[in-house]
Amino acid sequence: MSADATTGGGTHGEPTAEVLHRIRLRVNGVQRTAQAPARRLLSDFLRHDLRLTGTHVGCEHGVCGACTVLVDGQPMRSCLMFAVTAQAHEITTIEGIGNDPEAMSPVQQAFAECHGLQCGFCTPGFVTTITAYLDGNPDPTPEDAREAISGNLCRCTGYQNIVAAVSRAAEIRRERRSPGVDGAPVDDSRVGP
Amino acid sequence: MKPAPFVHHAPRTVDETVAVLADVGHDGKVLAGGQSLVPLLNMRLASPGHLVDVNGVDGLDAVDVTDASVRVGALVRHAGLERDPAAFAALPLLRQALRNVAHPAIRNRGTTVGSIAHADPAGEMPAVLVLTDGVVEVVSSRSRREVAARDFFLGPLETTLAQDELVEAVRFARLAPGTRTAFLESARRHGDYAMAGVAVAVEVVDGEVRSARASFVSVTPVPTVLDLAPALGGAATGAPLRAAVADDLVALVRDHVEPEGDIHATAGYRRMLAAELTKRALGAALAEDAEGAA
Repeated sequence: MSADATTGGGTHGEPTAEVLHRIRLRVNGVQRTAQAPARRLLSDFLRHDLRLTGTHVGCEHGVCGACTVLVDGQPMRSCLMFAVTAQAHEITTIEGIGNDPEAMSPVQQAFAECHGLQCGFCTPGFVTTITAYLDGNPDPTPEDAREAISGNLCRCTGYQNIVAAVSRAAEIRRERRSPGVDGAPVDDSRVGP
Repeated sequence: MKPAPFVHHAPRTVDETVAVLADVGHDGKVLAGGQSLVPLLNMRLASPGHLVDVNGVDGLDAVDVTDASVRVGALVRHAGLERDPAAFAALPLLRQALRNVAHPAIRNRGTTVGSIAHADPAGEMPAVLVLTDGVVEVVSSRSRREVAARDFFLGPLETTLAQDELVEAVRFARLAPGTRTAFLESARRHGDYAMAGVAVAVEVVDGEVRSARASFVSVTPVPTVLDLAPALGGAATGAPLRAAVADDLVALVRDHVEPEGDIHATAGYRRMLAAELTKRALGAALAEDAEGAA
């Protein structure tokens, strides 16, 4: 049990009092703190306790990929981690990748250009997954792109436009890295280390 | 779809971990990567009163390659082992199999040792551990013991682990020089649970097959090794399997596996799939440019 755990009222309608942990988490470069029981999933901690509702919760058993966030830069399912365990890590959510319609990340811009989303529910998970993927694989083939998104479900698009968005995002990253082209910024605007 | 309440323990050492496990007894469960456990908790198929979270325990995250084995600590993530160049050089089968373990986001968190301790018949790494004659290193506050992989698995999701024991590491034994390996599986969607899968190891000396063995995913209740040599007389590298050999092989595999049908595939289809995948895996392992061919 964590040394700074305190007893408090139950949440989510649980009748018994549960031990609350003071959970400190670095999210999108900002140190955040909130009290939550040990069983609080990272996905719920982000959404309910930190009010970062960009991370979406679909299946809650690791299949759909909607809740994917970056943990130390690596995509992981936030519904399959406890917030209390995540404390040692740097978390990047969709809000940290880009939260300004005027300054979208390459992946966000590619999704807009390629119509890679319809209802948008699955999109945060795709954007986090693809952002990390392109960091390690800057020039993927369409086949690579399919493999990269194989762990994320979309019920609207039929995936074709998402695959196209992966390739387009790779292009945008290259364009933004070439200084002087249309005055484009040099970095790819990802927040976090 | 939320876990039931539990007491969270965050030990920093193996000694602390086994002390807590001994203390909480049958109501405790080890949490490492959690990629199989947390879904069970979320769906309340399991509701242990105590989770012993080993993610902060020092010294469990090493991959050690020796002349005899590749030793994988309890906190080594699938993705870390998959990328490890020394582990790949020593035992290419590890990476060949790990590429098939769920999706990258799951491999980034899930541990190879956890997947073995979980003992799901659909798990890839139990099959690989058994095929390499691997060893499970088990520790408790009472004792320390080593269990041969073939004795470790008792049934689906069931092992010889006692409630107060922790798997500290597993050792995949390195294969004889000249051994070629391949891993193939078939799933409805790449990365999902396989309908059937196979790992093969073929020892080749002077272009001739000396021994050949296989273990299976999703079609046997526990991973066991099938000796393919009776079907492989005269097979050579670089040549396609002769039709007669292939027929014998199919019969051998069909007799060995015990698949169950479900919504994804009938038992008969899985049996056929296991045989076909074994043929293809052998073909891949015997090809001139097989990965890891020595």
